[in-house]
Amino acid sequence: MTIETAPKQSWWNRIAHPGQFVAWTRPLLWPLTILTALLFAAGLWFALFNSPEDYQMGDTVRIMYVHVPTAWLSQFVYGVMAVSALGSLVWRHPMADVSMKAAAPLGATFTALALFTGSLWGRPTWGTFWEWDGRMTSTLVLLFIYLGIIALWRAFDDQLRAARVIAVFTLVGAVNIPIIKFSVDWWSTLHQPASVFRADGPRMPGSILTPLFVMFFAFTFLFLVLHLKAMHTEVQRRRVAALERQAAQGARA
Amino acid sequence: MRAFSAIIGREMALALRGGGDVLTLVLFFVITGAIVPFAVGPDRALLATIAPGIIWIAAFLAMLLGLDRLFRPDHEDGTLILLRHADLPLAGIIAAKVIAHWLLTAVPLILASPILAVLLAMDFSAFWRMVVSLLLGTPALAAFGAIGAAVTVAIRRGGLIAPILIAPLSVPVLIFGTGAIATGPGPDQSTPALLFLAALSLIAVALAPFAAALAISSAED
Repeated sequence: MTIETAPKQSWWNRIAHPGQFVAWTRPLLWPLTILTALLFAAGLWFALFNSPEDYQMGDTVRIMYVHVPTAWLSQFVYGVMAVSALGSLVWRHPMADVSMKAAAPLGATFTALALFTGSLWGRPTWGTFWEWDGRMTSTLVLLFIYLGIIALWRAFDDQLRAARVIAVFTLVGAVNIPIIKFSVDWWSTLHQPASVFRADGPRMPGSILTPLFVMFFAFTFLFLVLHLKAMHTEVQRRRVAALERQAAQGARA
Repeated sequence: MRAFSAIIGREMALALRGGGDVLTLVLFFVITGAIVPFAVGPDRALLATIAPGIIWIAAFLAMLLGLDRLFRPDHEDGTLILLRHADLPLAGIIAAKVIAHWLLTAVPLILASPILAVLLAMDFSAFWRMVVSLLLGTPALAAFGAIGAAVTVAIRRGGLIAPILIAPLSVPVLIFGTGAIATGPGPDQSTPALLFLAALSLIAVALAPFAAALAISSAED
C-alpha cells in the first residue's frame, strides 16, 4: 500500500498563493524594466530623429508613435481585465482579482493618453480637437467604463467580494471592445480604417513602420512592468489590511 | 409562471401603495424637459429640433433615479436572500423585477410624454415616432439599469455609482432612440434605427437578468 502524497501542484496553482506569486515574479521586474528603457530609448531615437516627415503632415506625424501604441494598449488592457475577470469568476484565482484591480488605473491612463494625443494630432491635421466620430466616441465610452470600474473598486470595503461583482461588470463592459475595433468600418467618418495590421500587409513604408513597432513594444512592456509592480503593491496592501484586522481583533480580545 | 407574475404583482403593489414614487419620477421627467427652454431660449424651431434628445435624456435620467428601489430595499430587509431560495431561479426573479421596473418607470413616462411634446413644440408625426422609439428602447435601459443596481447593491452609497456605470452602456440606446425621431436631409433613418433599438432591447432583456443574478449572488455570499 502506498502512502498518498499531496498531488504535484501545477505552476498555475502555485502562483495562486500571493506570496509565491510575488517571489516568483519579482526577479522578472528588473530585466523587464531595463528592456523597457532600452526599447524606449531606441524607439524615441527612431521616432524623433531617424524617421522621415510625412509628405502631408510634416513633423506632426511623430505624434503617431505615442498615439497608436497607447490606443492599442487602451483596448489590450481591457482585454487583460476581461481575461482576469473570467479567471476570477470561473477559477476564483486570487491573483486574477489582483490583476484585474491593478490593470484598471493603467488602462484608464493609456486611454486618456490616446484621446489626448489624438486630440493634439487632430487639430493640425483635421482642423479640430474633437469630432464625434465612431472610434473617438467609443474610446471615450471606454474611458468612462474604466473610470466607473475604478470608482466601483473604491466603493467596496470588502475587496474579495468586490472582485467577483466587478468581474461581472467588466465582462458586461467588454461588449464595447469589438465596437471600437469595427467602428472605423461601420461608421466611415474621419478616422482612417486599419492600416497596420491588414491581410494584404501594412500600408506604410518601413521607415515609419520600424519606429512604430519599436514604440509599440516599448509601451506594451511598460504596461507589463507597471502591471506587475501594481500587482505586487496590491498584494502588499492586502497583507497590511489583513495585519490591521488581526491587530484590531487582538486589541479587542 | 405563477411565481413570476406574483413577483411582478408584489413589485407593483409595493410601489403603488408605498407613496408617490411613481409620480415623483414623472414629475422629474416633465420638469427636466420643461427646464430646457429656459436654458436654451424659447425658439420654437430650435426646440423642435432638439426635442427628441431632450426627451430621451429626461427619460434616461428619470429611469436612473428609479434604480435604487430595484434591489436595495429587498437587500436591506433580507427579502433578497429569501428570494434566492425560491423555486424560481434568481435570474427569473430579476427578469420579473425588470419587467415590473419597466412598467413602473418607463410606461408612466411615455404616458406623460405628450406634455413635453407640447412644451417643446414637436409636431404630430415626430411625437408618434418618439412614442414608438421610447417603447422599443426603454426595456434596454431597464435591463442595463438592473445590471448597475445589482453590481452596486452591496455598497452603501451605490445609488451614486450605478448611474456612472450604466451611462456608457446606454449610449447606443440614446443614439438609436434619437436617430429614430430626428428627421434630416437624406434617406429616412427611422426604420433601421427602430430595428436596432428593438434588437438592443431584446438582447439586453435576455442577457441582463443572468449578469445581474451573478452579481447579486457574488455580492451576498
